[in-house]
Amino acid sequence: MGTNTTIAAARRQRTPSRDRAKPYYRWYVPYLFLIPGLVLYLLWTVYPLFYQLYISFFDWKIIPGQESTFVGFANYQTAFADKTFWLAMSNTVTYAIITVIGQMIAGFAVAVLVNRVLVGRRFFRTVYYLPVVTSWVVVSFLFIYLFSPGNSGLINYILTQIGVIKEPISWMANSSTAWVAIYSLGIWKGLGWSMVIFLAALQGIPAELYEAAAIDGTNEWQRLLHITMPLIRRTILFVFVALMIGGFQVFLSVLLITGGGPLHRTEVALTYMFDRSFGQLKFGYGAALSYILAVVIVVVSVTQTRLFGRRGQDVEY
Amino acid sequence: MLDTTRSQQRLFNVVIFLVLCLGVIVAVAPLMYMVSTAFKGASFVQEYPPRFIPETLTLENFQTAFSSRNFGRAFLNSALVAIATSVMVTALASTMAYAFARFEFRGKRILYAGLLTMLMIPGVVLLIPQFILAKNLGLMNSLPGLVLVYSAGPLAFDTFLLRGFFESLPSELEESAIIDGASPFTVFWRVLMPLAAPAISTVAIFSFLGAWDEYVMALNFLTDETLRTLPIAIANFRGQHSTNWGLVFAGSLTAVVPTVLLFVFFQRYFIQGITTGAVRG
Repeated sequence: MGTNTTIAAARRQRTPSRDRAKPYYRWYVPYLFLIPGLVLYLLWTVYPLFYQLYISFFDWKIIPGQESTFVGFANYQTAFADKTFWLAMSNTVTYAIITVIGQMIAGFAVAVLVNRVLVGRRFFRTVYYLPVVTSWVVVSFLFIYLFSPGNSGLINYILTQIGVIKEPISWMANSSTAWVAIYSLGIWKGLGWSMVIFLAALQGIPAELYEAAAIDGTNEWQRLLHITMPLIRRTILFVFVALMIGGFQVFLSVLLITGGGPLHRTEVALTYMFDRSFGQLKFGYGAALSYILAVVIVVVSVTQTRLFGRRGQDVEY
Repeated sequence: MLDTTRSQQRLFNVVIFLVLCLGVIVAVAPLMYMVSTAFKGASFVQEYPPRFIPETLTLENFQTAFSSRNFGRAFLNSALVAIATSVMVTALASTMAYAFARFEFRGKRILYAGLLTMLMIPGVVLLIPQFILAKNLGLMNSLPGLVLVYSAGPLAFDTFLLRGFFESLPSELEESAIIDGASPFTVFWRVLMPLAAPAISTVAIFSFLGAWDEYVMALNFLTDETLRTLPIAIANFRGQHSTNWGLVFAGSLTAVVPTVLLFVFFQRYFIQGITTGAVRG
């Protein structure tokens, strides 16, 4: 989540206005503060980014003694012709769209209600946020258990009791029901995050605006649509972009819940990359897949910000 | 007329409260079910009908977990790795942020722009080169190696976050310390850091949690059983064929309780970390 919260934020970073007329310290002092962090950063993120490009041009052998051979763009060509990779990409996009819409609607609704409630605002905020602080490994196992096959699975039990289904479902046995478990985990776990951000934005809206609108005889819905939504549109955009980027990186939940199965039907981009590289030891191919995904994510986030940002400015309130 | 709107308003508030309580059940029920399963005996885990409150409470799962090979060790490993990562990230991000916030130097703008650009690349797509690099540097199967990789991940974002915070602080105190002849390190450590405590706490907590919960790198970087971290140990409780869920959730609870406590007590810093930069629109 950390890196997701950054792009819109980065755009708004104000440039420092303070110009130092004369430096207090010798010229090398800032570098002393900079270098330890910079070295670590260059070694473990900047260098790997380029190293990965290099690896992706090889039939990379991880086992000592075996020779890696240069294959040019062959890994990329294989990827574009790989049906499972396309399925994984389309699964990733579907996951992102469904869970982002789910999280935004639910998160926004809860935020509006928490903002309106008279007692227990802090309590509600804390409780709705709890799934966010619980680790992915733990909640993935938890959802496998909740979606257990047979009568004793909690979800099956509840659904049969209220009459939605007649027979217990083997959720993980086929892809469409396995997705139900994966989507609901994504929405359930992420809801609190967007709720907290929406809530902070809602609390920044001056109450006078609503009072004035109420005097003018508007109803709750009109105020929500014509005051709240336009005023926090930049926050809505930020949450949307951040969640989309996060959605494209869906990984651990799928890895642990279905492992991409049955028969690669629930594979997403990262689980497929992981399977090809760490499972099949095709690290060159995995590197190419990683690169394609990284490019997709960067392109998506840049376009989204540009597109929605411009449209937002056209509206005058 | 006024009375009806007032009683309508009161009804409306009650409805909001009830709807939120309903939502709370959805948010918390899965977690409560995990807690209850952790305290159930093995024969009750697949019982029908499923029960939220176990008939008999038992600590058997926790005893099995902690008496199993290396679970206690895994807890310790995770604690060490997470604390070391937290200290490392906090130290490196704050020194970098100090340089960017308070100094002018050659290459400043391009370095910072580079840092921000890298923020767009999700860390998880670097898994393969980081793995191969660690292998080449002989850092496989080493907890300090893991700490190095974990620390590099959040560095750019935390530098960005701290720079913003440092620049929001008045520089008069630092300037008077400088006039009094304080060294740059003294100014940083004695003057700036205490003032920046809230932002520093945010960074420390988030980097701790990131390392505490990390699974995939730990899975591939560590093969030696005695070096495994908590998420790996929990995953190992999930057998290949039949799973003892009570045991899995006893292990899970051991990992989750510290993070929940951290969240409940330091909520302010969580909210600050999440909303920084997000809400200004």
